[in-house]
Amino acid sequence: MAIFGALVKKEALHILRDTRTMVITIFMPLVLLLLFGFAISTEVNDIRIAAVVEKHTCETRKILERFRVNEYFTFLGLVAPTETERLLRSGRADAVLFLRSDDANLKAQIMVDAANPTIAQTVTAYVGGVINKEEIKSPVLTYTLYNPQMKSSYNFVPGIMGMIFILICAIMTSVSIVREKENGTMNLLLVSPIRPATIILGKLVPYFLLSCVILAIMLFISYTLLGLPLSASIVNVVLLSFLYIILSLSFGLLVSTIADSQLTALIGSAVILMLPVIMLSGMIFPIDNMPVFLQGVSCIIPARWYISAMRKLMIQQLDAAYIFKEVMILTSMTIVLLVLSIRKFYSSSRK
Amino acid sequence: MTTVVKVSDISKRYGKNTALDNISFSVGRGELFGIIGPDGAGKSSLYRILATLLLPEEGKVEIAGLDVVKDFRKLRPKIGYMPERFSLYQDLTVRENLNFFASLFDVSVKKNYDLIAPIFGQLEHFPDRKAGALSGGMKQKLALSCALIHRPEILLLDEPTTGVDAVSRNEFWNMLAGLKEHGITILVSTSYMDEATKCDQIAMMNEGQILDIDTPANLVSHIEENLFNASAHNMFKLLSELREMPQVEDCYTFGSTLHIVARSDFNPEEIGNSLKNIGMQNVRIYPAKGDIEDLFIKLTRNER
Amino acid sequence: MKDNEKVISVKNLTKKFGSFTAVDHISFDVGKGEIFGFLGANGAGKTTAMRMLCGLSLPSSGEGRVAGYDIIRQPEEIKRHIGYMSQKFSLYENLRVNENIRLFSIIYGMSDSSMKEASEKLYKDLRMEDMSKTLVKDLPVGWKQKLAFAVATIHRPEIVFLDEPTGGVDPLTRRRFWELIYKASSEGMTIFVTTHYLDEAEYCNRVSIMVDGRISALDSPEALKERFQVSSMDDVFRIVAKDALRVD
Repeated sequence: MAIFGALVKKEALHILRDTRTMVITIFMPLVLLLLFGFAISTEVNDIRIAAVVEKHTCETRKILERFRVNEYFTFLGLVAPTETERLLRSGRADAVLFLRSDDANLKAQIMVDAANPTIAQTVTAYVGGVINKEEIKSPVLTYTLYNPQMKSSYNFVPGIMGMIFILICAIMTSVSIVREKENGTMNLLLVSPIRPATIILGKLVPYFLLSCVILAIMLFISYTLLGLPLSASIVNVVLLSFLYIILSLSFGLLVSTIADSQLTALIGSAVILMLPVIMLSGMIFPIDNMPVFLQGVSCIIPARWYISAMRKLMIQQLDAAYIFKEVMILTSMTIVLLVLSIRKFYSSSRK
Repeated sequence: MTTVVKVSDISKRYGKNTALDNISFSVGRGELFGIIGPDGAGKSSLYRILATLLLPEEGKVEIAGLDVVKDFRKLRPKIGYMPERFSLYQDLTVRENLNFFASLFDVSVKKNYDLIAPIFGQLEHFPDRKAGALSGGMKQKLALSCALIHRPEILLLDEPTTGVDAVSRNEFWNMLAGLKEHGITILVSTSYMDEATKCDQIAMMNEGQILDIDTPANLVSHIEENLFNASAHNMFKLLSELREMPQVEDCYTFGSTLHIVARSDFNPEEIGNSLKNIGMQNVRIYPAKGDIEDLFIKLTRNER
Repeated sequence: MKDNEKVISVKNLTKKFGSFTAVDHISFDVGKGEIFGFLGANGAGKTTAMRMLCGLSLPSSGEGRVAGYDIIRQPEEIKRHIGYMSQKFSLYENLRVNENIRLFSIIYGMSDSSMKEASEKLYKDLRMEDMSKTLVKDLPVGWKQKLAFAVATIHRPEIVFLDEPTGGVDPLTRRRFWELIYKASSEGMTIFVTTHYLDEAEYCNRVSIMVDGRISALDSPEALKERFQVSSMDDVFRIVAKDALRVD
């Protein structure tokens, strides 16, 4: 036990004395959370719209009036058809609405600046919504569940957590183990009476604790600054995150038994873990929109299951029963990775 | 003999640390010039200045009549530089490495092959092996071939034998002797004193300064000291006892024996007997011939 | 050598990796307090052989005892009774001198009082009293080397294995390091040192030279020089190893 304590203390000192890593580990989660929470938002406010009306009718006036009063729009006024292109091109308008009456039927056309397709899509949907409001006899009523204000600020929290833990646990553990291999200190530990299991634990526990600190910081920000509704599900959030942290640690251990230089470990974990997590976990790009092949690939990415479960817990505020499938998948992945990496470590310590 | 390398009063500081402190020396054409000294003596800084990679703060260096600061472009094709760690592309094959360095200097491997043939000979058998998969000695040969492929006038070798086994080290020094025949001037640094004797001239460096420059034979004659070998069954006890004696100026380990730097009143038989009297076994004290290492220890003794 | 004086005793020790025989039936004994040099070119099999002796690698065949324990069945016991210093003077660079000492004394299960005593002796012997709070990475290389040796022997092991301990170190520092080794040997500790630097061999009581996985010569440096009629170990090595097929 004393040995174990000494190993943990040593690792803690490594982490504390490496100021750069320390700053990155603590600040990166903060910056990412705040960046995604506030700066990057999929909401579109203040759409500048102009209109071209061929012939005014009662109907067209009503529509334009609705745009005037809608707080999401700034109505620029009526323009001549020849001017529209110049307006959009110069960026003074985001969209132009064409209204034409044809045999008493009102026809609408929307012209949008699609330099940013995401914004363009949202704008089109908004405009469409405003036009159609009264034209359809029985309007489609849309309720938004779970996130009634359609705020995107905390939608990213599960994704960022999925990424951060992979980064900190997997990359930092693997790099720190491989660093010991490179410096030769791993040999010193192996020829000492310590059991290999103690060496492994002595590596994993400090990084587990560090991850817990980061988890606490991220949850604190999510529930305060980002306004995530606080509920009993927070216990499940923490437990699920523990599972995911252990999984990431095992991954780091596995990488470290294979890599023989710090650089390989870093690139290995970054390429194997980071990119798929960002691209395929559903953090940014919805999984349902992916080609079937990539959807299949995403199934073996732990972050996918973690993020999906976290969305259910944090945003949908569902209870633990709804994430049974995800938990089972993550648990089995953890067991496989742990067994694999420990066996690999043992065999390399006495071959 | 024409002077090829002329170093005048150069200094280089890194913050508070002085890497080179007012260094001057010159090397004649076709000379094998050794620079020996411990790690941190300033050897690598000196090499980087000679190789036009680092600017001296003070002083002037001329190589083949060209200034290393002003004429570095003209100078570079005349220099072959082999940095401390063999700078080869580990993932390229033997042949690819050689061709690459030849194309850097716009020369053809074929035309200059005669120069490297004696060195490259063994490597010829596996041109397609990756440099990373070569043994230390082979890597060293490949690195030397790459440094030579453009027929430089001056070859700068920075600790070329560090980490290479004894057999390869010996071969390497034989190759250098062969290159001298081609009139190539060679500056080689090493921390192995035994290698230094193979040079025409040696500069001994420590803490950024040159302590002494001369031929190995002359340098050894600078040891005007009374040296003795001493050995006994318990070497550590022998060392501690001898250091306590007033007749002993200095005593240090030296291979299988100890070296004693004796004062004028040192009488080997007397000392031997007194050691036997305190119960030491197999005591032997006999005159020793000093070498470069003894000189180095003498020169640095005062700084200790 | 009497059996009870043997600290290392190895018979026909062999290690194969697939079809490659890294260590090929080596046999030798090392006595208590001896400084035993284990020489060979890069790739001759030194490291593999030493790993087997330290209990880090399982022999393919053959037998051996180190510090009285069987290398096949009792590797854990062996690890408790040996010290090990690797070629890079491996210590934790980001830890202070005293933290390194503390870490390794805990790892070797020393009590607080014996740790205190041992570290005081260490500071005094190495004249490092005022450096205990220095980060290891800020120590000059010579001090690092001495400290690495002192840490490897902090638990007073019967044998200390030194894996190329003086690579890239200048002569002055190297001398001081050998003084430490002489001291440890005079106190009864056995020193097993692998190296491919021949100047180091001169310091040893006996040396073995490995070529292509086998031991080609084993005797005192003087006897070897006499046998081959040469004046230095460098020449001995050159003669013995000249037919080596394996390099790296």
